Amino acid sequence: MTTPPPARALDDLPALDLDPFDLDVLRDPLPGQAALREAGRLVRLPRCDALAVGRYEDVRAALANWQDLESSAGVGLSNFRTEPPWRPPSLLLEADPPAHDAPRSVLARVLGPRALQRLRAGWAADAERLLGELLDGLPGGAAVEADGVIDLAAAFPLRVFPDAVGLRADGREHLLPYGDHAFNAFAATDHPLVVAGAAGMAEHAAWVGEQCQRENLAPTGFGAEIWAAADRGELTPAQAPLVVRSLLTAGVDTTVHGIGALLHALAVAPGAWEQLCADPSLVRVAFDEAVRWSSPVQAFFRTTARPVELGGVVVPAGVKVLVSFAAANRDPRRWEAPDAYDLHRDPSGHVGFGMGIHQCVGQHVARLEAESLLLALLARVRRVELAGEPVRHLNTTLRSWESLPLRLVV
Amino acid sequence: MTATSAPPSTRRTALRVASKDAVADGIVALTLVDPAGGRLPDWTPGSHIDLVLPTGEGRQYSLCGDRWDARTYRVAVRREEPQLGGRGGSSWVHDVLAVGDLVEVGGPRNHFHLHPAEDYLFIAGGIGITPLLPMVEAARRLGARWRLVCAGRTRASMPFLDELAELADSTAEQDDGERLVVVARDERERLDLEPLLGGLDARTRVYACGPAPLLDAVARHCPPGQLRTERFSAAEPPAPVRDAPFTVVLQRSGAQVEVARDVSVLEAVRSAGAAVLSSCREGTCGTCETGVLAGVPDHRDSVLDEAERERGDCMLLCVSRSRSDRLVLDL
Repeated sequence: MTTPPPARALDDLPALDLDPFDLDVLRDPLPGQAALREAGRLVRLPRCDALAVGRYEDVRAALANWQDLESSAGVGLSNFRTEPPWRPPSLLLEADPPAHDAPRSVLARVLGPRALQRLRAGWAADAERLLGELLDGLPGGAAVEADGVIDLAAAFPLRVFPDAVGLRADGREHLLPYGDHAFNAFAATDHPLVVAGAAGMAEHAAWVGEQCQRENLAPTGFGAEIWAAADRGELTPAQAPLVVRSLLTAGVDTTVHGIGALLHALAVAPGAWEQLCADPSLVRVAFDEAVRWSSPVQAFFRTTARPVELGGVVVPAGVKVLVSFAAANRDPRRWEAPDAYDLHRDPSGHVGFGMGIHQCVGQHVARLEAESLLLALLARVRRVELAGEPVRHLNTTLRSWESLPLRLVV
Repeated sequence: MTATSAPPSTRRTALRVASKDAVADGIVALTLVDPAGGRLPDWTPGSHIDLVLPTGEGRQYSLCGDRWDARTYRVAVRREEPQLGGRGGSSWVHDVLAVGDLVEVGGPRNHFHLHPAEDYLFIAGGIGITPLLPMVEAARRLGARWRLVCAGRTRASMPFLDELAELADSTAEQDDGERLVVVARDERERLDLEPLLGGLDARTRVYACGPAPLLDAVARHCPPGQLRTERFSAAEPPAPVRDAPFTVVLQRSGAQVEVARDVSVLEAVRSAGAAVLSSCREGTCGTCETGVLAGVPDHRDSVLDEAERERGDCMLLCVSRSRSDRLVLDL
């Protein structure tokens, strides 16, 4: 067997016959992600006219390098320089410095440690109440069947996050489908999931747009804080609603799926639940390891801003590059036994929240939500088991469950 | 544990001096690189780094290089004569620090954020151009209108005038006169703030950095809501709000320490084992900024603006104290 010569031009790069958005691939993305890692450092995906990186070191380097790999051309397949975006671009996810600086700095502070410290006790009480509704009155040793997605992973964020933002009570049912479509829309406009989601979109988008206005937000909360930043001149009045929109787009579905992945892991990974019961200080490791293991956000694209050397090849400007968080999070070059959900592991450095200037600005919120719910669960439940076959929810960018039948033994 | 990055006040790395060039009378520019050639942490216009002197004290210098070059930092250092209030940092940079040396660096941190606006007026006094230079570049890239006034003793004492002229030339033509104005006192020019700031458009944001007399004069002419400044020396702090001792809790280590009237919070937390980098000890540099998780700080510094004080989520440990019985710090 001979090693192929190093690639010198794009055409020499290894090509992979993989459409990452194909429905069958979305049902079981792991083999494609493994193939991407094994094919090379930089791989051509002729079926979607893009390049891709999947090895941990290359993914990290690509995410750090905002100078050469820009986000303002869109972080999905479509190039905003040549195709109009489906909605006004995000001031955070779909922006580069210097335009990105002010919105990022405001949101990083609004979602920072002090804000969360104020929420901690209330969220702990909310989590206890949620579990009380499921478990109160059960005798010891009894079990209740619940859907890990509907009753826990979606129920808890939907209970606490919209309140923390300061959203009004009616209409919150628009949040999940809006986010679901926004994440689907990183694929091509004719993708079946995008076409299906587009149907109800006008209504969801109209509701979300209204909630971003100052008069529709509570006088305290993340939303009000963003508008207060605009009053101080840290954002323009035109930017404020779009920064609120980022919270509503990226702050709900992602957390639901992260917590769903955590519950799934605890139900199926041998010994994990027992280990957590023995040492509840592992709750934060448990969540971050779940984010590594499942990568709720699977990948985003970048676009070359200028001719740039990647994986030994000079890539011209304007080329889309798929950056697979999911592949990197299970790269055996970085992780020992990467497919195992393992609470002995230190998951630090996973790229499930991204990396660099675009790293998830709400990650501390997600961690606090997961931690609050998990601590309440540990306090009330002796065992968590699968009660049936879980069913995937398909999204072009998110990895998630539609239903996760669980048996909770008290 | 999950990744918890060190608080900014304690983050330090050793960087190598890749070049050291005289860029104006009495001013050298240092280019710093990672010894392994890696990327340096990202920064935004207005950020500074701390250079750690052999004595262990830090000195703050604004980053004035190119953010689109992720592998170098540039700072410019003016020689401050000790008899004129210099504290030895600049003469060490000028006389001792050499190309090839490693230097401990803290940060970067930003206390001087560029807020979005359609129109900017930048006012630099001497070496005060350093934080403003990347702001001018940002304004140009954002397509905002901008003007820059550089004031100094002599033209030769003002660094980066050639780069600024290039920035002015590469900004689209506008109908409102010169983009870059250089005012050199030895050429019998004087900076007249009245025409510059009188009748300022309400949409214009003014960013000024330089010696205290210049900033005080700018503040007299400019509506406070439109002005952001970075000072080299401290404003006179008010008396502490409380005389009684208070308790400081270090969230990460769980340590608690009582802070008596004659001890700074900085000294107290250091005695409790927290490795906090500090420098000016007078509330101007921001090196010892630390997150406040609970309790109400008594701000006595010259760094934080009103809004930042009101939020109460950070404080400068060297001069600020507590209004509440208890402060919980992110240490």
